[in-house]
Amino acid sequence: MRRQLLAIVAFLAAMALVPHLVGSEFWRNWVMMALFYALLGQAWNILGGYGGQFSFGHAAFFGTGAYCSAILHVHYGVNPWIALPAAGMAAGLVGAFIGFLSFRYGLRGSYFALVTLAFAEVLRILANTVPITGKGVGLLIPLDPGAANMQFADRTGYFYLILAFVGLALLLTLWLEHSRFGARLVAVRENEDAARALGVDVFRTKLAAITLSGALAGLGGSYYAQLFLYLDPGIAYGPAISVEALLVPIVGGMGTLFGPLLGSFALHGVSELAKLAFGEAAGLDLALYGVLLVLMVMFMPNGLFGMGRTTLARLLGGGRDA
Amino acid sequence: MLEVEGVSKSFGGLRAVADVTMRVEEGSITALIGPNGAGKTTLFATISGFLRPDAGRVRFLGRDIAGLPPERICRLGLARTFQIVQPFAGLSVRENIAVGAHLHRPGRAQALAHAELIGRQIGMGRMLDQPAGALTIAGRKRLELARALATDPKLLLLDEVMAGLNPTEIEEIVTVVRRIRLAGVTILLIEHVMQAVVSLAETTWVLSDGVLIARGSPAEIAADPKVVEAYLGRGAAARLAGREGGAARA
Ligand SMILES: Nc1ncnc2c1ncn2[C@@H]1O[C@H](COP(=O)(O)OP(=O)(O)OP(=O)(O)O)[C@@H](O)[C@H]1O
Ligand SMILES: [Mg+2]
Repeated sequence: MRRQLLAIVAFLAAMALVPHLVGSEFWRNWVMMALFYALLGQAWNILGGYGGQFSFGHAAFFGTGAYCSAILHVHYGVNPWIALPAAGMAAGLVGAFIGFLSFRYGLRGSYFALVTLAFAEVLRILANTVPITGKGVGLLIPLDPGAANMQFADRTGYFYLILAFVGLALLLTLWLEHSRFGARLVAVRENEDAARALGVDVFRTKLAAITLSGALAGLGGSYYAQLFLYLDPGIAYGPAISVEALLVPIVGGMGTLFGPLLGSFALHGVSELAKLAFGEAAGLDLALYGVLLVLMVMFMPNGLFGMGRTTLARLLGGGRDA
Repeated sequence: MLEVEGVSKSFGGLRAVADVTMRVEEGSITALIGPNGAGKTTLFATISGFLRPDAGRVRFLGRDIAGLPPERICRLGLARTFQIVQPFAGLSVRENIAVGAHLHRPGRAQALAHAELIGRQIGMGRMLDQPAGALTIAGRKRLELARALATDPKLLLLDEVMAGLNPTEIEEIVTVVRRIRLAGVTILLIEHVMQAVVSLAETTWVLSDGVLIARGSPAEIAADPKVVEAYLGRGAAARLAGREGGAARA
């Protein structure tokens, strides 16, 4: 725990230097987006990695957070800093709702995945039809730069904001790894019957996990809205976000503290390389991600983090497994 | 402490447990024996809340628990093990036991410390940091027992925790079970290993084809012709008359 906490602090400190040390605007932006996707991956990781419940629809939470803060701000004049926790709560509530329905009826595995996918789709269609979201045209957040407005003229502010969210997610995950709730969540992932026999309320445990996971993804949505100042149903609730959210931890290492971070940087590194090699082609990312997903599941089920750990253990420990 | 009254449970057309009435006295070690497929595990599952009985009542500490979910029943102080072991395969032995220890210990450090204590009591001291998935069958059986014990139960249901163990290992578990009872835990155990039943149980119930056919001390049971026939088939008691031995594993 001490060592993990030190690693988190060291990582955050190193990242905090990026805006000052990295001269290229492009690369500063690249790191920022990698952190953003790491946040989504960390959100997914709580439910999928630690809880073993694979969601294919984290866009449902992300989009709800994004729309919640944008709508509160645009239509009701709520300050984005105040809309932010509301967005987290709204997304958490959507999580609780989906969780209540699917876990109450014992949906697991691919059934649960399909339900989450369907919910994200339903919300996308809903966002396309109700006026408050601006329907298909989208929702523009008026440009009004100023830290008080969560809009930053030089992008350093956005950088530190996402870094703070990632730090929050890291601390939350660290707590998870050393708490009763986390122990129960992992037990549920490993064997539900055994967990129940030991007094674990499986339903409540999963419900708490999806609520937490949803709320965290909702913060990501709120951030996204403030960063791009524009939302439409495809961006908010489309499959791209859902895929990123699950691929990042799968690549990096599910159910590990640093897996999503590692995964996000690796994934976006590869995606950048692909752009260099093949140019900007529509759909290239998704095709690449599909291939990566298959490769990871086949050859590296424990992700980069898991593989790094076993390799390291082999090098250091002479056969002793970490 | 535990009263089962007229409990029945069917799977489709098969009556796995038929109108069973039995009781377990506080502080005792009680055995439940019977041939394969007699319905012993099914009875455990209905008592512990994994199956809802079709009929009948289950009273634990004076409270009707039939129909409660397993996690609630566990919190009341009734813990079970699984005949088909169910380890948290990806976790270490210590972490496995800690899940049970957390029931009454919210803090991670306390739960892990208690897990270590229980692990040592059960003879798993050297395996604490191994992944549960890497344990031998004997290790997994011990882990089942350790995890259940870590929940601080008042009544412990053990489903064949000695199956597949060698005589030395059986002797060790027998000692462990005796020590658990001395610590104030009531025990109901399903066991085919008669050596263990004889040396542990004060009272033995015999289940055959879902029906309770006998009850008594292990010696009385072994002499009961109904029991011998249940294990060895019709007419066996007559054939065996005069010989010693009694119930062996079917
Ligand atoms: N979930 C189930 N669905 C259908 N039939 C079942 C189920 N569980 C058990 N049975 C059947 O119920 C009967 C009793 O099974 P049970 O496992 O309770 O026996 P047992 O006394 O524990 O046997 P063993 O000594 O082999 O463990 C068997 O005929 C079994 O095939
Ligand atoms: Mg059985």
